[in-house]
Amino acid sequence: MTIITEHSHGPGASHGSSLHRFASFDVDAHDIPRGREEAWRFTPMVRLRNLHVDAPLDGHDYEITVDADPPVQVRNGEASDALRGASGYVPVDRVSARAWAAADKVLALTFPAEAVSERPTVVRMRGLSAEKPAAGHLVVAAQPYSRAVLVVEHEGSAAFVDHVEIVVEDGAQLTVVTLQDWADDAVQLSYHHARVGREASVKHVVVTFGGDLVRTSTSLDYAGPGGEAELLGMYFVDAGQHVENRLFVDHNTPHARSNVEYKGALQGDGAHAVWVGDVLIRPEALGIKTFELNRNLVLTDGARADSVPNLEIETGEIEGAGHASATGRFDDEQLFYLQARGISPEQARRLVVRGFFTSLINRIGVPQLAERLSGAVDRELAISEATEARHR
Amino acid sequence: MSTLEIRDLHVAVDTDTGDKEILRGVDLVVRADEIHAIMGPNGSGKSTLAYSIAGHPKYRVTRGTVTLDGDDVLAMSVDARARAGLFLAMQYPVEVPGVSVSNFLRTAKTAIDGQPPKLRSWVKDVKAAMDGLNIDPAFAERDLNTGFSGGEKKRHEILQLDLLDPNVAILDETDSGLDIDALRVVADGVNRFHRRGGKGVLLITHYTRILRYISPDFVHVFVDGRIAEEGGPDLAEKLEIEGYVGYVGTSA
Repeated sequence: MTIITEHSHGPGASHGSSLHRFASFDVDAHDIPRGREEAWRFTPMVRLRNLHVDAPLDGHDYEITVDADPPVQVRNGEASDALRGASGYVPVDRVSARAWAAADKVLALTFPAEAVSERPTVVRMRGLSAEKPAAGHLVVAAQPYSRAVLVVEHEGSAAFVDHVEIVVEDGAQLTVVTLQDWADDAVQLSYHHARVGREASVKHVVVTFGGDLVRTSTSLDYAGPGGEAELLGMYFVDAGQHVENRLFVDHNTPHARSNVEYKGALQGDGAHAVWVGDVLIRPEALGIKTFELNRNLVLTDGARADSVPNLEIETGEIEGAGHASATGRFDDEQLFYLQARGISPEQARRLVVRGFFTSLINRIGVPQLAERLSGAVDRELAISEATEARHR
Repeated sequence: MSTLEIRDLHVAVDTDTGDKEILRGVDLVVRADEIHAIMGPNGSGKSTLAYSIAGHPKYRVTRGTVTLDGDDVLAMSVDARARAGLFLAMQYPVEVPGVSVSNFLRTAKTAIDGQPPKLRSWVKDVKAAMDGLNIDPAFAERDLNTGFSGGEKKRHEILQLDLLDPNVAILDETDSGLDIDALRVVADGVNRFHRRGGKGVLLITHYTRILRYISPDFVHVFVDGRIAEEGGPDLAEKLEIEGYVGYVGTSA
């Protein structure tokens, strides 16, 4: 069964509750979420390990390595680092406010003005234990007219709450890929915020494969007119995993663009993917254009995908706004066609799933990652094949 | 050299209102080097016969046998049937986004042969086969059947026939929707395949026009789930003039 909803909104259309969000650095200004709130209703609160209540966030059981070529500036700063807060982000919930207060170090990366970095800069975080929760803070600043790619990789075990601030100054072009390839016991609550400058463009990519619970909240606004944002995501959710992606695009300037595309595959009992895409088009956001797309491919019984696009339009003077969301099973006719050419059922499934992700991987556009992402899809599929073989 | 033998084949599909029998006792033998045309009005069950032989899960065989050189085809999985030498050129090839034609062809060839084709000769073979069907080389990098025109889809089916080189080819309305030039190109492809020798062809069609380019040895008129009349090429000529009116009471 395939459920598809797709529609465009004409000027003046408006629905849903207000997307204007409360924000504060004060931890106690935020209520402890109980799981009934709109922002938490899909999240299994019992698996949060009290990160949202009072669990200390002072752990340091992780290693970070940075691989950067000159002229990229890397600074392991104190909590008071000058770049901290540069994106204009203010915590939108209690978890975020707690992590903001708890982070005692700030990793600051600066891509200098007009510098073009050929090779991706890579930040690797390896968690050593999920026992002691930790808070992290990363600020990425792409100065005017710089061009760079940053890949942030996460692996190992951790209970981690982190902020990633992304500042894309006028005319800069920045790609940030965050890769969650955690061990099975990892819990991560991640808050990304990007501020896009005048005529600047950002490509923000969230790839999630591993972890018990990975919840990534990405928000974005504009510091000037004419900014462009591509927000891409890819996930593969296995039995028992909870992968949640929440997006909030705040169109607060004229003539900006935003384009969201998240695609995921799910397999196994209790695999749960959540995608919430909020777009707010403010009265001053004249002539903007936005589109969001979420597609889920459910490979086995027992997996569940929730997909909630939400568009709030406060001006009639826009170029276009729309969204599409589809969740479907394997297409039996595709599998039949491939098998009728001698291809085994396992390989046919592999072709179809790889194909499902191909255009997205191309769109991510980081050649150094493409093979790795395809390989990760193959490995994930090998898991379901092994499971099926046992059941046969 | 292969023989496809269909005996007393009964096939049903599940519908909302229960089982519906579509094939009601089909008997047919396709030997090597023979071209059979199955002709019949819409809804007579022609395509069901094709898809049942290929093993589509929608169709349930309730009685009868299908064998290829004595081997029980009905006991084989869909992919095993293809590897045994059966090929079905489909009327509505399915789009598979993200899988390129060249990747698909190489994967299918490897599956059919049990080993990857030699790279150099394979590239040459694909190019020659595409040339023979007037297919643009850029086609190889497009997503499988995705956004193909009707004619491109049909030519791509015949491209696979050429490259996968089965023993028995079933062509399900490969002629429908083709303009005269495309029809000729496709028919030439089928004739080249047949001339390789030892190949059986089962051509399923509604119209007689493809039979101007492909000469069948046997013509079967398919009505209401079974073969109503059999004959030589002259039977097709009779259908050309009279249509199916004598079989179903209308000119459908």
